[in-house]
Amino acid sequence: MNLTIPLLSFDLAKNCGRSAVLATVLAAGLAGCASAPVPQGVNDPDETANRRVHAFNRGLDQALIGPAAGSYGSILPDPVKRGVANFAGNLEGPGDVANNLLQGRIGDAGQNTLRFAVNTVFGIAGLFDTATALGIPEKPTDFGETLHIWGVGEGKFVELPFAGPSTQRDFVGLVVDVAVNPVRLALPNPEAGYATLAPLASSLGDRDRYSEIVEQILYESADSYAQSRLLYLQNRRFALGQTTGEEGFVDPYEDPYAQ
Amino acid sequence: MRNDPNLNRRDFVVLLASGAATLAMPLPALALTVDGARTLVGRAVDAVNSIIASGKSEAAMFGDFERMFAKFADVPVIARSALGVAAKSASKGQLAGFTKAFQGYIARKYGRRFREFIGGRIEVTGAKPLKSYFEVASIAYLPGEAPFDLRWHVSDKSGRDLFFNLIIEGVNMLASERAEIGALLDKRKGNLDQLIADLKAL
Repeated sequence: MNLTIPLLSFDLAKNCGRSAVLATVLAAGLAGCASAPVPQGVNDPDETANRRVHAFNRGLDQALIGPAAGSYGSILPDPVKRGVANFAGNLEGPGDVANNLLQGRIGDAGQNTLRFAVNTVFGIAGLFDTATALGIPEKPTDFGETLHIWGVGEGKFVELPFAGPSTQRDFVGLVVDVAVNPVRLALPNPEAGYATLAPLASSLGDRDRYSEIVEQILYESADSYAQSRLLYLQNRRFALGQTTGEEGFVDPYEDPYAQ
Repeated sequence: MRNDPNLNRRDFVVLLASGAATLAMPLPALALTVDGARTLVGRAVDAVNSIIASGKSEAAMFGDFERMFAKFADVPVIARSALGVAAKSASKGQLAGFTKAFQGYIARKYGRRFREFIGGRIEVTGAKPLKSYFEVASIAYLPGEAPFDLRWHVSDKSGRDLFFNLIIEGVNMLASERAEIGALLDKRKGNLDQLIADLKAL
C-alpha cells in the first residue's frame, strides 16, 4: 500500500515571504504579515492518494483502535478516564502558551499559564481540571494556528496515516508541536515517557467517548472520506475564526439546484 | 408586524377574521425580523429540550424529533438542496417521495445523537441578519463537555418563519447532507427511486 503523502510542493512561505516569517518569529508574532485569504471549498488534488490513506486509517480503526478504545472505556472507571484526559490536557499547557506568545495573543498566553499553574498545583499534577471549575476555561491552540496567524494558507487537504484529516499547514504544525513539545523536552526519563503515553491514552478515551459520532462518520456514511474531509475543513476553519458567515452557505431559496 | 413585535401572525389572522382590520387597510409586508427568527429558534429549542428531558424511549424520541423537524424546519427546501442537481430532473412525485423519506432519515440520524444531549440544554444567545436570511446563535451545554456553538439559519421565504440549516461548531448540516445524499445517489448510479426506497431504511 502506498502511503506517501505528496508534501513536496508545499510552499510554507506562500503568502508571507521567508524573511517575513523569520522577522515574525523574531518579533514573537507581534508583527504579522497580511493574513491568508479565507479558504473556500475543498482543495484536494491528491484525492486518490488521500483516499488510500483513509482506507488504511479506517481499517486500523476497525481492527485495532476502535476495539482498544472500547476496552479502555469499559475497563477503566470514569474518574480514572477523566483524570487521564485532564493530565494529558494539562501537559499541552506549556505548548499552548508558547504558541499563544508566537501568535501575539498575550491574553490567551496569560490564561493558559494561569490554568497550567492552577491545575499543576491544585489539580495534583493536572489530574483534576480545577481551573475550569474556577472559571478559567482552556484556550486550546497549536502551531498550525500560529502559522495561520502568520499568514500561511491552509494548503492542500491531506489525510495523514494514524492522525487522520489535516491540511499541509496543519500537518507542519503537528510536526512542530510534537517535535518541540516543551513538557517532554523538560522532563527527565521516565517522566518524559508518561508525557508521551498520556495523550495516547487520552485519545483512546476520546475515541470511546465519541464512538457514536465517529462510527456514524466512518462506517455509516456513504462516503466516509468525503464526510470526514468536509467536517474537518469546516470545523478547522471555524476554530481559526475563518467563518465569516458568507462562504459555504448556499442560500437554498435562491439557488436550490446549485451544487 | 415589523413595527409591532407584540402582534404575532396568529393575532393578525384573528384580527383579520374579526373584521377589525378593514379591507381598505394596506396589508403589512410579511417580513421576517430578528425577533421573529429568534422566537422560532426559541420555540424549536424548547421543543428539543423537552424531548431530551421527556425520558421516553429512543424510538419515541425519533418520532417526536421528526415532528419537531417538520414543524420548525423548511424540510422541502432542505431536501431539495440536499438532492442538489438531481432535483432538477426529478418529477414532482419523486421530489415529494424523497422529501418524506429524507425527513425520516434526518430524524433518525440526528435523533440518535440526542442521547448525548440528555442532561444538557441549549441557550439562544443572539440573532442577526445575514444576506437574505437570519442567523440565530445558540450555545449547547452538555454535561462534561465544553459548551459548543450552534447556529440556526432562518428564512421566511416559504411563507412561514422556518430554519433551513444548522451549523454546529462550523459544520454545516446542509453541506454535509449534500455530500452524503450525493454519495448515496452515486452508489445507486443516480437511481432516485432506489435512493428513496433505501433512505427509508437508513
